[in-house]
Amino acid sequence: MTEWSHRHLLDLDHVTRSEIELVIETARSFKEVSAREVKKVPALRGKTVALLFFEASTRTRVSFELAAKRLSADTLSIAANVSSVTKGETVLDTALNIEAMNVDAMVVRHQASGVPQMLAQGTKTVIINAGDGCRAHPTQALLDIFTMVDRLGPLDGKKVAIVGDILHSRVARSNITALISMGAHVTVCGPGTLIPVGIDKMGVEATTDISHALDGADVVMALRMQKERQQELYLPSITEYVKEFCITAERLKKARPNALVMHPGPTNRGVEIAADVADGAQSVILEQVTNGIAVRMAVLYLLLGRKAE
Amino acid sequence: MTLIIKHARIVNAAGEAAGLKDILIEGGKITRVSQGLANDDARVIDAEGKVVMPGFIDLHVHLREPGREDKETIATGCQAAARGGFTSIFAMPNTTPAIDTAQVVQFVLDQAKKVGLVNVYPVGAITKNRDGAQLTEMMDLRRAGCLAVTDDGHAVMNAGLMRRALEYARMAKLLVMQHCQDPNLSGAGVMNEGALSTRLGLKGDPVVSEAVIVARDIELAHYLKTPVHFMHVSAARSVDLIRRAKKEGIPVTAEAAPHHFSLTEESVKGFDTATKVSPPLRSAADVAAVKAGLKDGTLDCIATDHAPHTHEDKEVDFDAAPFGLIGMETAFGLVVKELVLTGILTLAQAVDKLSAAPARIVGLKDKGEIAEGKDADIVIVDMDKEWQVRREDMASKSRNSPFIGWNLKGRVVTTICGGKVVYSA
Amino acid sequence: MTAIAKIMDAEQIRRAVTRIAHEILERNKGVENIRLIGIRTRGVVLADRLKLAIEAIEQKPVTCGILDINLYRDDLTLIAHQPVIRETRIDFDITDKTVVLVDDVLFTGRTIRAALDALVDLGRPSCIQLAVLVDRGHRELPIRADFVGKNIPTARTQSVRVKLSESDGTGDEVVVEGGH
Repeated sequence: MTEWSHRHLLDLDHVTRSEIELVIETARSFKEVSAREVKKVPALRGKTVALLFFEASTRTRVSFELAAKRLSADTLSIAANVSSVTKGETVLDTALNIEAMNVDAMVVRHQASGVPQMLAQGTKTVIINAGDGCRAHPTQALLDIFTMVDRLGPLDGKKVAIVGDILHSRVARSNITALISMGAHVTVCGPGTLIPVGIDKMGVEATTDISHALDGADVVMALRMQKERQQELYLPSITEYVKEFCITAERLKKARPNALVMHPGPTNRGVEIAADVADGAQSVILEQVTNGIAVRMAVLYLLLGRKAE
Repeated sequence: MTLIIKHARIVNAAGEAAGLKDILIEGGKITRVSQGLANDDARVIDAEGKVVMPGFIDLHVHLREPGREDKETIATGCQAAARGGFTSIFAMPNTTPAIDTAQVVQFVLDQAKKVGLVNVYPVGAITKNRDGAQLTEMMDLRRAGCLAVTDDGHAVMNAGLMRRALEYARMAKLLVMQHCQDPNLSGAGVMNEGALSTRLGLKGDPVVSEAVIVARDIELAHYLKTPVHFMHVSAARSVDLIRRAKKEGIPVTAEAAPHHFSLTEESVKGFDTATKVSPPLRSAADVAAVKAGLKDGTLDCIATDHAPHTHEDKEVDFDAAPFGLIGMETAFGLVVKELVLTGILTLAQAVDKLSAAPARIVGLKDKGEIAEGKDADIVIVDMDKEWQVRREDMASKSRNSPFIGWNLKGRVVTTICGGKVVYSA
Repeated sequence: MTAIAKIMDAEQIRRAVTRIAHEILERNKGVENIRLIGIRTRGVVLADRLKLAIEAIEQKPVTCGILDINLYRDDLTLIAHQPVIRETRIDFDITDKTVVLVDDVLFTGRTIRAALDALVDLGRPSCIQLAVLVDRGHRELPIRADFVGKNIPTARTQSVRVKLSESDGTGDEVVVEGGH
């Protein structure tokens, strides 16, 4: 079996299929741990994981925090908002200060693309990207893939439709990279203004035709649509977006009968996904949340549960 | 002071002089170019084995003074220029305050005079405070010493205002230089828009943001029969538009920056903020087009867009970092590496791009050539010298260069400005 | 020089498993309260074989589970090659049960220490017993086996390899490798 070959988890660009499979395999064991009465194993006893969130995100932070705690690691959570940065402390400064307290890993969320990479170069600590700008959200993609594999088996030839604001989505980018490694066929769909230039070079099909995107899909993933996109001139109105792109029960009929409905959360019900679909039998949205902890445990274990370099 | 450069292999834009010559310099002028010159009072520089060229002229430099002396001062900027072989530099007006009145022009000239290294030509703003609303008092700027105007950093977006600027500047005998970038198209872009920006999740600035302004201003230059100079041309499409315009006889000129022919957008991959520049590093096809444009004369000259920023300013995330990189000290080495050694330009053509052409564009009649009667602005280079770009060697106050660590060939060993040695390696 | 000595062959292994099955039944007076738990990887195979042997003797079903102890290892951050974590599959309650842990080789005792910690996290057994195919000595912790297939005196530098058809795809055997 493959070993994990990366010191950091910054994106999924160089993570191989067998490494993704290793994460899935490992996460499967951790899912069992989370189902126990005593939801804790001593694997990372004595390790400290710092959660450095320059951009607010309760879900991802809590998920990482639980994951670390269930592995017996100590956690410290720093909501380093923009204001401390404008006070003159740079991101790297903040990270170096945390590093000086001998932490073993930093889980980093930042609104600008590339910050985790910058910290990986500027510090000696293991960096785990918890979402940077529009670039990458590797653990989200890994948990999405874990959920898909769990439900559908191997993803070779499976059709995944990602619908919504592709342009601003790090979730879409990381999923595209990893899904293609896993042999899936990916179609991205959204308004022409929100499909980024050159996305086809990532190996996906891009379309503005929602029925084409959903046709025969094994997985339908809706992305969060921010209301600000209207002011930013990407959309004439949210109402028109809903009319054209909202994942409704009617539209879902185009997909395979048991197609999975996914969403990285938090959902805007009635915008990118209809409430009855989000709560429906095909929805695995809450399962994604549960699996997120197992996948993040797996990532923490793979990066920290070995001899330090 | 009298100076003699002995055994000079002189390369002018027109070509290489036959045999080795001696150059006699008196009173800041080149008084004789001949063989076997001697003068008992003269300081002698032996240029044996070196190449002697007219001092380089950089139409595009940010000196940051007044306002951001932490990034660069006129003194450190002049030192960087001298080290890079530049004897005349054009200081961009995006200072605080902007160079939009005769007083600020005078301030820059006074500072430069105090430093006393290279010639500094302040470039005036086209509009007051560079905010694109009202024309500056260009007659005043001209009298104070400006040769050109620009709102560099921004394009003049209002086409009607640009028309008036061209008409008024023609009367003031000022060259109008345009920074071509439509902000409505470039938006919050931080790198070239394309498959790579999509993959990196960075906002893209598309080539069309440059090309639309180039196209528009070509039409204005045509309509008004008035010159427009395009700064830091980066996109293949812009090069094509300028090539066609020149063929039609429209009076446009253009410059290219060393980073736009030395680096592609791929350099951004590591999120090194030293690679964040405006206009952004483009695709390999754009780089090839810039090189082709330099070769066939579509792009007249090379200007560095030397843009110093402090470590603190650049040591932030890619989105937050300011645009710009420093370029004067690496320009010649990059020209040799990317253009001369690759056979795109002969050394004489390189001298044209770095010295004769910029002199022509702004009308510096006594510069850009080594000949009797011309200003004694001279650079001596060792074409065989291999050297490494090292941050600790830089004269600029800032270190935001993506070329640190690069090995270059061809090094400036002596820079002479107005008959005075201002740099010696 | 590497010397290889075969210590047990397939037949000896078979007899050892059968004997241990009898001993477990005798010690615990029946199977009702017994839960076999094999430690990955070869302990799982041996636990399966013990289950079949006990069922053959008693004609009653025996419950069997799988334990992965890697997360409880005390050398996790010291070893160069990170173990692959696999699922612990114990889909029954161990509280108030007699758990028989099954492993192939008992050496330093550290694996069993990890297994005991893991079991405690899963519930509170009334009693934990240990069955191993081979006890090679050199304990570093106060741990002993309740049921032993064969005691093999070894040098510390030697290694003991157990091969079982289900996990190794070869014939069953136990070999000792390495010099003194």
